[in-house]
Amino acid sequence: MDWLNAAVQGILLGGLYSLFAVGLSLVFGTMRLTNLAHGDLTILPAYVALMIVNALNFNPFYSIPITMVIMFIVGYLLQRGLLNFVVGKGDVAGVIVTFGISMVLQNALLLGFTANSQGLDAGRVENLSIKINDRLAVGWLPLIIFLMALVVITVLQVYMGRTKMGRAFRAVSDDQEAARLMGINTKHIWAVAMGVSLLIVTIGGVMMGIRTTFDPLLGSQRLIFAFEAVIIGGMGSSWGTLLGGIVLGLGQTLGAQAFGSAWSILVGHMIFVIILAVRPQGFLAKTVTT
Amino acid sequence: MTAAKAATLENKRFTVWVANRTNLAIGIFGLLIVVALALFPTYAGTPLTRRLVDFFTLLALAQFWNLMLGYAGLISVGQQGFIGIGSYTLWLFSDIMHINPFISVIFAAIGGAIIAFPAASLVFKLKGGYLAIGTWVIAEILRLIVANIKRTGGGSGITIQAATKLGTTVRVPGSYWWALASAVIAIAVTYFLLRSRTGLALKAIRDNDLAAESNGVNLWRTKLYTYIIGGAGCAMVGAIVAIHLLRVQPAAAFSINWTGYLIFISVIGGVGTIEGPIIGTIIYFVLRETTSKYGEWYFIVLGILAIIVTVWSPAGIYGYVVRKTNFFLFPLQRKLRMLEGAKE
Amino acid sequence: MSLLEFENVNVYYEDFQALYDLNFKVEEGEIFACIGANGAGKSTMLKTVAGALVPRRGRILFDGQPIDHMPTYKRVEIGISSVPEGRRVFPSLTVHENLLIGAYRNRKGPWTTDTIYELFPLLVPLRKRQAAGLSGGEQQALAIGRALMANPRLILMDEVSLGLAPVVIKRIYDAFPTLLNNGTTILVVEQDVQHVMTVAGHVACFLEGRIKLEGRPSELTNEQITAAYFGV
Repeated sequence: MDWLNAAVQGILLGGLYSLFAVGLSLVFGTMRLTNLAHGDLTILPAYVALMIVNALNFNPFYSIPITMVIMFIVGYLLQRGLLNFVVGKGDVAGVIVTFGISMVLQNALLLGFTANSQGLDAGRVENLSIKINDRLAVGWLPLIIFLMALVVITVLQVYMGRTKMGRAFRAVSDDQEAARLMGINTKHIWAVAMGVSLLIVTIGGVMMGIRTTFDPLLGSQRLIFAFEAVIIGGMGSSWGTLLGGIVLGLGQTLGAQAFGSAWSILVGHMIFVIILAVRPQGFLAKTVTT
Repeated sequence: MTAAKAATLENKRFTVWVANRTNLAIGIFGLLIVVALALFPTYAGTPLTRRLVDFFTLLALAQFWNLMLGYAGLISVGQQGFIGIGSYTLWLFSDIMHINPFISVIFAAIGGAIIAFPAASLVFKLKGGYLAIGTWVIAEILRLIVANIKRTGGGSGITIQAATKLGTTVRVPGSYWWALASAVIAIAVTYFLLRSRTGLALKAIRDNDLAAESNGVNLWRTKLYTYIIGGAGCAMVGAIVAIHLLRVQPAAAFSINWTGYLIFISVIGGVGTIEGPIIGTIIYFVLRETTSKYGEWYFIVLGILAIIVTVWSPAGIYGYVVRKTNFFLFPLQRKLRMLEGAKE
Repeated sequence: MSLLEFENVNVYYEDFQALYDLNFKVEEGEIFACIGANGAGKSTMLKTVAGALVPRRGRILFDGQPIDHMPTYKRVEIGISSVPEGRRVFPSLTVHENLLIGAYRNRKGPWTTDTIYELFPLLVPLRKRQAAGLSGGEQQALAIGRALMANPRLILMDEVSLGLAPVVIKRIYDAFPTLLNNGTTILVVEQDVQHVMTVAGHVACFLEGRIKLEGRPSELTNEQITAAYFGV
């Protein structure tokens, strides 16, 4: 793999990371909740899809919409049944409870599916690629994932900017008490936000399950990548999140190209550390003019 | 033993928890317990002593974790980074530089402090819960660096030769005394920091950065010192664990499970108190002895219990006991809600 | 039947009692003003009506129905809306979006964005601006407009004149008769007695969590009010 190829792969990988990061960012933005179980919640939909595919015996692509609906419901109920109790009670309670959920989820998946890697078989498309020249080929699957990220972020922008529900999200994010005084049921809004977060994460989680393999222990790494993309891009900015994902993805693939694959993830972390040190607000932080 | 004192600050109501001057009787009693525990290896068998090493190392770690949260509001899910660094620093000093392993423990603590300083200046740029993930990233970076160095045996780890050469008769009591000492140090540091003037001010306003700044408390510096103490403490314990287990592996030494145990212990016992982690460690040991053979179920139980306590009884078991036996201890937990009420 | 009725209402912040056996009635179509010094319990009373606080003892009736355990957002649905202390406009939303949030519950009535812009023409050129960039007076007009968008039967106003220039305060109070004409009852809390006395039909003076003095402004003397206000 040469440098150009590594760069293209890195950018495409960034699209996937942004799919994970957007959900984390949405939850933090709406209710100041840091969801430490977010990584595990990107793994869960892959297993849900796996069960659907095994039970109904059809292509994993078709399982995505069903899994999205299921994960939306899971997110909504998780928020209303448990996480709403810790929203607004300081950061500590949220961190501890979501860490607890992460522990429970990871070990429940280990119990149900063992630590063995699983994969979702989508057939021929997994190996198809667009050959640009002898040394550069772009896989269809990574490209589809990247395009999906673009679509998701665009739709989310429109949803947040143009719809009544999106407006309510932003109002709750600005001032939850004032939002309640305006007749907004914040508990419902938070639950929808969590639902939407998991719905988005499902796309990334299942697509990743098709592209490579997955196991229950990958959650913490996914959480960290999503988090790094959010911080690099700038909190609260969806396009920033995409940019952050791309920077992280490039760091990993170019790092692997330069130092060998063992260093790939570490180089990504180091890029995050450097950006945090010199530009802690990220590239495209959303600010309110005061 | 404690008294509640209500105070008003700029129309904001809060309560300050004040400990009485040294309670001599309890101090002497505590000293007797420590002496009795110190003599333990002379009359107890190796298996029990080894188990107590586990107990005291976990208690020390939980106290340090709890100190960071209770004293400076720092919620870390990355202390495993310092535990791992402590283990590997011990290997560096005892096996490469041939210093006695028991003395190397001190160098491991210094190593932890040295790493904590730049780490703090990075993670403190993050706010709230994101700071927690930041500490985790630091731990991951440390793990990956260690795992990528060939000399340390990479991912498969390395045996601490110097500790092996000590022989059981020296190593077991030695690591026991270090473990006991680490727990005593952790408790003493926590006790004196919480009793100090800054400690009282910070405890009262730990969830309100603005109020802390306006009171002239330099929050950033206090957080930094606390983070460094936490890093040094956990590295010290990591070194003791390495002597105790004779072997270091990145996956185990830097495991996120450490954080799981620490959160469970502190939360179950009661965050922000010294008694809480002691109670929590005892409960954790009972659970470990009875359910750890069920593998994943054991972690699921730990996770669920931590969630339940955080949501429905955030003061933990110690908080519950205090409420039942001595009402005046409770304002420590209550003042945070008072502050929120005043803001409305 | 009164629109709003307090029956022996006791409200606490933890173990601190803020309101003691509060009893009063607000009739439909009037301006009911609560005055008193800082910390007298006026804002606490308003928050209890809005639903941010729950009385430990006593009842609150709205249109004859007890509402003291109804969640805040549902109270907006039955026609109680708020102009909170400190205005609390949504800083990242535009002026127009702030108004639309006010209409979140879709209550039918005379108030729409058009009628609000008519009432406060100063907001028209600011429609697309983020609320964070507005001046204090503009934010206050926006906060009132936002509350009216809910088409309330009862509007709660907390310290609307605080920190505003007299000319701005006058402009805001000038809007009150229009509100009444559109069927909205006003419950207003003020530290600044002067302006509110000119418009109020009924005044209650709060002191240390109790109503010290109550009546029509025309029936009360300045001495009585001063005495009740400062508790001398």
